[in-house]
Amino acid sequence: MSQNTDTAPDASPNGIMSKFRFDMNGLGMVFIIIALCIVFSWLNPNFYSGTNLRNVARQTAILGIVACGQTVVILSGGFDLSAGMVIGLISVSSSLIMIDHGLVIGCLSAIGIGLAIGAFNGIMIAKAGLPAFIATLAMYSAARGLALIISGGLPITDMPFEFGWIGAGQILTMPVPALISLLVFLLCSFLMVKTRFGRHVYAIGGNQDSALFSGINVDRVKILVWSLHGGLVGLAALVLTSRAVSAHATLGEGMELESIAATVIGGTALGRGRGSILNTFLGVVVMAILTNGLNLINVSSYYQMVAIGIIIATAVYVDQFKRVKS
Amino acid sequence: MSNHPLIELIDIHKAFGPVQALSGASLSIMPGEVIGLVGDNAAGKSTFMKVLTGVHQPDSGEIKVNGERVTFRDPGESRRTGIEMIYQNLALAPNLDVVANVFLGRELLRHPLSLPFISVLDENLMEQKTIELLQRLKINVKSVRLLVEKMSGGQQQAVAIARSVAFEAKLVIMDEPTAALAVKEVGKVLDIINNLRADGVSVIIISHRLQDIFNVADRIIVLQTGKTIATRRTKETTMDEIVKFIVGGVQPELSQIASGR
Ligand SMILES: Nc1ncnc2c1ncn2[C@@H]1O[C@H](COP(=O)(O)OP(=O)(O)OP(=O)(O)O)[C@@H](O)[C@H]1O
Ligand SMILES: [Mg+2]
Repeated sequence: MSQNTDTAPDASPNGIMSKFRFDMNGLGMVFIIIALCIVFSWLNPNFYSGTNLRNVARQTAILGIVACGQTVVILSGGFDLSAGMVIGLISVSSSLIMIDHGLVIGCLSAIGIGLAIGAFNGIMIAKAGLPAFIATLAMYSAARGLALIISGGLPITDMPFEFGWIGAGQILTMPVPALISLLVFLLCSFLMVKTRFGRHVYAIGGNQDSALFSGINVDRVKILVWSLHGGLVGLAALVLTSRAVSAHATLGEGMELESIAATVIGGTALGRGRGSILNTFLGVVVMAILTNGLNLINVSSYYQMVAIGIIIATAVYVDQFKRVKS
Repeated sequence: MSNHPLIELIDIHKAFGPVQALSGASLSIMPGEVIGLVGDNAAGKSTFMKVLTGVHQPDSGEIKVNGERVTFRDPGESRRTGIEMIYQNLALAPNLDVVANVFLGRELLRHPLSLPFISVLDENLMEQKTIELLQRLKINVKSVRLLVEKMSGGQQQAVAIARSVAFEAKLVIMDEPTAALAVKEVGKVLDIINNLRADGVSVIIISHRLQDIFNVADRIIVLQTGKTIATRRTKETTMDEIVKFIVGGVQPELSQIASGR
């Protein structure tokens, strides 16, 4: 009787598809992941060993945390070039704080500094009106300089012994970094799909004027988005420093590009408010499997960088192609 | 109709840098009245209405709601007073579905597992209310879970109208609601406006299509280079007179130059 509740399969009102914004793109990604696993297991049987997979999870966890924040930022219409250098800055500064004031305060300071830097980026973009590209490029340079000034360019290694557990520990055979990362993915996905905040982030990414005219406090949401991302960058810095057993100014180098790559490969489009945390999870998994698989078959990391570049371009091209078609 | 106006805009001025967009624009509207706001391109119609919705702050002039002076610092404030605007560019989020757009900025929430400190979107309730709303307005869409970008221009306009009347609006402003529509869809929009008037909702409709204005408006207000130059009851005027007011300010020499190009 009601003509409004439609029967179109792609728009089932309460279907899991619409709830998780998990489109054909996501399904395609799952197939790519399975195919990659089969190919790499065939090329090198070690690929499929528990030790190797745990290793992959441990290595990927940090990228996952940063990519979550990056995805939220990208869904709101921005992107962050500063993440890698901010990780270095947080790594050295929070390590020094940890050495002086102990484990707990050191860990809290990492997240606190991250939040503050994120909020600063957000204010520059929302209130001062700088383009995200400029604001975060400036932050990239400033954070890099500050990190080198604070550390004198040297590694810092005198953190408490227990700190190493975050990066190297296990709970029920699961690496701690992977568990942290998984938790971050679940929380971010909940935020983006289930809450008003997430809805407003999508709205701003899709049409900022429409969000503004609807009475959404766009500036506030943007500053919150960047702060959230900053806090996650702080968390990533913590895990990475613990894993490396030393703090260093250039610890997170390249993380900004890798996190953007994982997001884009996952199918989240730059500047259009389309995509999801779940997509990025799959994007991170693809990046991880690719890197690890190519390592196992002895492809040098130089070639891997080239490969990832090609994959990013292809992913964006396919996305645009689909958009033109629809 | 009560005898004091719902909204009054008095002698509004607004400049964008060197461009004086509004220089003495005024208007008042009674509850349940439909006003047609007309004027040439760049006369300042959209800007005038954006001052009322809090998108722009006037340089000078007064806004009164029910006789009381107000200032709207942002669209949220004017929306909470019951003023809704359908913007010329529709102002829907194309990447969200109909339900999300109808409730954008006013989402309904629930507490999962009755936890007081967590609130999540109440998707089922919002969906149900959207379906009811569209049925009430006799708007047909394939699915309320369809992304807005997948819909036709007419459907998008219908969603934008539904969204504007979803929450007990007292005044709905429509900026060129019929410009991009097919004839049949225009009739639908005009029907909705008549329904709104019957419900006591005031409507301001901006349009270049004078026949639409003459179809629904009780009163017509003409804006010329940012100034209100005429107010006429629809019954007491003609299209010719209104057209003269719209173009009247153009100096003969200028119009010759313009047409000579
Ligand atoms: N945000 C803005 N910044 C600068 N100038 C603006 C802005 N908005 C409007 N203007 C200028 O103000 C004047 C009035 O524009 P407005 O859009 O209000 O006209 P309009 O009557 O709605 O025209 P149209 O019929 O073409 O929609 C124009 O000269 C326009 O260029
Ligand atoms: Mg206009």
